[in-house]
Amino acid sequence: MKKLSARRRHPLAALVVLLLALAATGGLYAAFAPAEKAQADTSAQSLAIDEGKKLFAVGCSSCHGLNGQGSSDGPSLVGVGSAAVDFQVGTGRMPAQQPGAQVPSKKNIYSQTQIDQMAAFVASLGPGPVIPTEEQYTATDANAVAKGGELFRTNCAQCHNFAGQGGALTKGKYAPSLDGVDPKHIYEAMQTGPQNMPSFPDTTMPEEQKKQIVAFVRHTTNDEPNPGGLALGSLGPVTEGLFGWIFGLGALIAVAIWVAAHTTKAKKS
Amino acid sequence: MSHDISEENLPESHGDSHGHAVAVHDDPFADPGLPVHEPRRTDIDERAAKRAERQVSLMFVVSMLATIGFIASYVVLDIDKIVYIFPLGHVSALNFALGLTLGVALFCIGAGAVHWARTLMSDHELPAERHPIEADDEVRADVIEQFRTGAAESGFGRRKMIRNTLIGSMAMVPLSGVVLLRDLGPMPQQKLNHTGWEAATVQKPLQLINMNTNEPMKPEDVLVGSLTFAKPEGLEEDAEDFQVQIAKDALMLIRIAPEDIKDSTSRDKGFEGILAYSKICTHVGCPISLYEQQTHHALCPCHQSTFDLADGARVIFGPAGHPLPQLKITTDEQGFLVATGDFDEPVGPSFWERKR
Repeated sequence: MKKLSARRRHPLAALVVLLLALAATGGLYAAFAPAEKAQADTSAQSLAIDEGKKLFAVGCSSCHGLNGQGSSDGPSLVGVGSAAVDFQVGTGRMPAQQPGAQVPSKKNIYSQTQIDQMAAFVASLGPGPVIPTEEQYTATDANAVAKGGELFRTNCAQCHNFAGQGGALTKGKYAPSLDGVDPKHIYEAMQTGPQNMPSFPDTTMPEEQKKQIVAFVRHTTNDEPNPGGLALGSLGPVTEGLFGWIFGLGALIAVAIWVAAHTTKAKKS
Repeated sequence: MSHDISEENLPESHGDSHGHAVAVHDDPFADPGLPVHEPRRTDIDERAAKRAERQVSLMFVVSMLATIGFIASYVVLDIDKIVYIFPLGHVSALNFALGLTLGVALFCIGAGAVHWARTLMSDHELPAERHPIEADDEVRADVIEQFRTGAAESGFGRRKMIRNTLIGSMAMVPLSGVVLLRDLGPMPQQKLNHTGWEAATVQKPLQLINMNTNEPMKPEDVLVGSLTFAKPEGLEEDAEDFQVQIAKDALMLIRIAPEDIKDSTSRDKGFEGILAYSKICTHVGCPISLYEQQTHHALCPCHQSTFDLADGARVIFGPAGHPLPQLKITTDEQGFLVATGDFDEPVGPSFWERKR
């Protein structure tokens, strides 16, 4: 009896075996068969593109189209590259608030991660300039500022003013001031030519020269003291003359009037 | 109407007590005379006068101290020292100290002098009558008589040959000065009509050299929407006459999609949409390179002349008289951008002898 009972199977044994078999089959399938596909889908790059596409659909597609193909309200983004997205969104220019002569920079509403995701999506539409790495825009050469100044005066100063203070263009457009602009954004602007700014691609202005220009702009807008006192917008003799005539001469006239208005007579009339 | 005139300056009309002013009621334009002299506090109070004297001296002493401060800051302060001063920002400590002390020194001399004159110097009003400008009849008659005698004795009226040759010689003297105007410089000859690109021929074209890299460019280097400045091959930046040459030779190199170029002549002068325009404005010759890559407008910063580079650099705004000259470009055997000749017309501002 004991021998018999020892060899007898439990009534649920068959069910257990069946469940184990099913779990093993499913488990093995899950472990092997879809493994490659799942790996491709979860790679950081395609996740970023997916996330970027969603952000793009919400923030950008009303003008640039759902696939960045452009519309009557906004240009095609095929081939503008990730650098253009990082510049436009990172400086708050995009999404644009309203149409006009020029889209101004404003407070950026996206995190850098979100910008990178949108940049990844736009970059996936067509090849274009990529977001520069920090060593691409950080000059290490001791003479970079001097060389950059020369290049800046040749290529940039005509619009952005010799001290990077910006200036007017045609029909309401303007070259913005470069005060406090992130080095990465300066580099990207040269690379991509945002809005009406012409681009300065690596083929005609090598990376090393862009680096030097960034160094000069940072130096002249941030660190450089004004030995003469007030910079007055670095606009040259016009503002200086205006300041002298209005405030200098104005103060002299005010003093003269004050002197004449106060009599020294003992009997005040 | 008379509210801004103090009372003592008005003709007396109410029978007031201080009646030096002459009031003639039937002549409204009568000379009212001088107003009554009012003494100042310093005229009647010796303590006030002493105080004013001390104030004036104090200002002069402050001026002296400021001058000493000027010399001291010149000696003590390092020329490279930069300090932060609130509304001005980072400024040179030396410049700031020199300006401040010199300003105080000069202001205190002026302010002291004004205070001295107003409080202590006599303020009595003194009329000073002018003498008549005209001389009296006797003197005039005498002068005229002397002149007549002199003229007659010189024979100026009688000896006509002397008179006429004198007038002739006087009239000719200024001609020397007119001739010397020639020394203002050599005549420009044909220089205004040609540029450094003149050396280029179809057999021996000149490469367009990128001003940034100092190297020739291939068409694929110049992207749509980019802006590059170019000079002719062989013009080196350390050359003695570089500035003279580049003032005529400078090129603005842009690329526009060929279907966006409206002017077919301009398109043919370019190479696959790459257009090479003179960088010198045709108004007064400013370097013009404020290029807008979406509108293809180039704006001159001096007088806002605006050129449409997609339409043969037509003038669309401003005082410029004619379009920017365009240089015909192509590629050589190695594929570099070259020019095969000079501009078709003179670059830069118009001049009298300009043909078109």
